[in-house]
Amino acid sequence: MGRTILNWKSFLPLLAIFLILLILPPLLPRFYTYIIALMFVTGLLAMSLNIVVGHGGLFQFHHAAFYGASAYTFALILTKTSLPLWIGFIAAPIVAAVIGLVIGLFCVRLTRLYFGMLQISLGSLIWAIVFRWYHFTGGDDGIHGIPMPPFLSSLTSSYYFILIVMAICLAVIYLIFKSPFGTTLLAIRDNPQRCEAVGINVRRHQLAAIVIATFFAGMAGVLFVVLERSVFPDLLFWVLSLEIFIMCLLGGWFTFLGPFLGAAIMVSLRTFVGIYTEYWTLILGIILILLIFFLPEGVMGFLLEKFGSQVAGPRERGIE
Amino acid sequence: MLKVEGVEKSFGEFMAVNGADLTVGKGELVAVIGPNGAGKTTLFNLITGQLKPDRGRIVFRGEEIASIPPYEICKRGIARSFQIVNIFPRLTVFGNVQVAVISQQRKSNTLFHPAQGMAVEETNRILESLGLIDKAWNTAGSLSHGDQRILEIAIALGNDPKLLVLDEPTAGMSPEETSATMGLIKGLAQERGLTILFCEHDMDVVFRIARSIMVMHQGRTLIQGKPQQVRENEEVMRAYLGEE
Ligand SMILES: Nc1ncnc2c1ncn2[C@@H]1O[C@H](COP(=O)(O)OP(=O)(O)OP(=O)(O)O)[C@@H](O)[C@H]1O
Ligand SMILES: [Mg+2]
Repeated sequence: MGRTILNWKSFLPLLAIFLILLILPPLLPRFYTYIIALMFVTGLLAMSLNIVVGHGGLFQFHHAAFYGASAYTFALILTKTSLPLWIGFIAAPIVAAVIGLVIGLFCVRLTRLYFGMLQISLGSLIWAIVFRWYHFTGGDDGIHGIPMPPFLSSLTSSYYFILIVMAICLAVIYLIFKSPFGTTLLAIRDNPQRCEAVGINVRRHQLAAIVIATFFAGMAGVLFVVLERSVFPDLLFWVLSLEIFIMCLLGGWFTFLGPFLGAAIMVSLRTFVGIYTEYWTLILGIILILLIFFLPEGVMGFLLEKFGSQVAGPRERGIE
Repeated sequence: MLKVEGVEKSFGEFMAVNGADLTVGKGELVAVIGPNGAGKTTLFNLITGQLKPDRGRIVFRGEEIASIPPYEICKRGIARSFQIVNIFPRLTVFGNVQVAVISQQRKSNTLFHPAQGMAVEETNRILESLGLIDKAWNTAGSLSHGDQRILEIAIALGNDPKLLVLDEPTAGMSPEETSATMGLIKGLAQERGLTILFCEHDMDVVFRIARSIMVMHQGRTLIQGKPQQVRENEEVMRAYLGEE
């Protein structure tokens, strides 16, 4: 049945896309290079959320808190300490994962909806701290002009750096999805009670998934700083969490790359529509409603349904 | 192997289990019978840890298990099926059993090793012995009710249990399916030397295959004994004739 982990047929288009992305920057105006890099960052963020939402079935309602916490950690290490870049690069996602662990410890004890509500309140607490602690975090101004080493000084070099780190992260996430850990997580999403009955410590498993997801959200946070050189409280505001959630829904959370596609669409919308209106949250609401009624499986799910499985990204429904 | 003594469980004011005793010896096929609402499912939930008893002892292979979580009980060798189909509807049939086998092999937490090559042999062996191998790649939720019931048992077997607890394995089955399934269970018990505790409403089936029968009524154990003893017991007769 050709059930190998790296199915070459589906791997080749990905390789082709990767190569195209490699040669893009010199061909594109700066602005588009920037937007595509932003899609990479946001795409990774959405993929990280999908580890717990699509795979784990958890209501991780405030994912941006971890993304922002990591971005701030990275920014603070770069501006307030003389530690080398790579330490910040590793420490920031770890800080996000530790926060994920602490918040997760409380959340996994609760049923789904309460899980989501507690997350929103704890995440908002982190936002409030960042927002209020003016002399440390810069409050609502944020931190700007974060210094980058020479190899990340130009937009093009940042683009390549982000592309490569993102590709590695996605590959790791893919491997995790295909591992016993990932398949067990799917089983937990389907039926936690039965999982307990077959000897799986459901809470510990969910907690581990949260730690992994928040770590990758942290990676995305670091990449955001590399691209933007600034941080601001909106990075951990609940509106962004809602956006990430919609990206997963929009792209299709039962597919591997769906959330990435959703992120690309959302970034485009925010860039090309968002600038004309102050009512961005209203647009978000409308997108959400349209999704629920017309594309319950998301764009990727819809495409797979229509054109079969030759579209990039293997189907993630169940262990296939 | 399993000894339940004076176990009680109430839901609010209502005593669902009110003094249950049960002994299951190694290699035995033990049935629990009793009218609807007698507390059979509640008793099974107490044994496998889904519920915690208010009082009483549950000892499995010399160890008190009354207060440990279900996944720990499973690791000690008790696997179960549920009265109401309780499978992984969106996973494949193969995936349903594989999850249990991977858990049994203590590999559920393995991160960087593809799952698809894992536990294949064991999983296929179970699917084959239960006649589900042809449907291995179907989505579990799409199976017929009868097949889902069999899958219930297959998942439990994935844990390679020392004691298999089956809560009405034939619930909702036709009489033909029922006898076929019970035949299957009996075959499994002989083949694998399994110890099985089950409950079942079809008396003919119970008296035909069980070595020992425990009768529950209104949460209490009336008697546990050989089929012959149970058949002749007056209290049981009364319970079944219904004096409400
Ligand atoms: N979670 C619960 N909360 C309240 N009452 C419950 C609960 N679970 C079971 N009961 C009650 O406890 C009694 C025993 O239920 P149980 O399911 O154990 O019976 P049973 O012997 O398995 O019946 P059946 O043959 O219908 O499966 C019933 O009256 C039921 O209504
Ligand atoms: Mg019952």
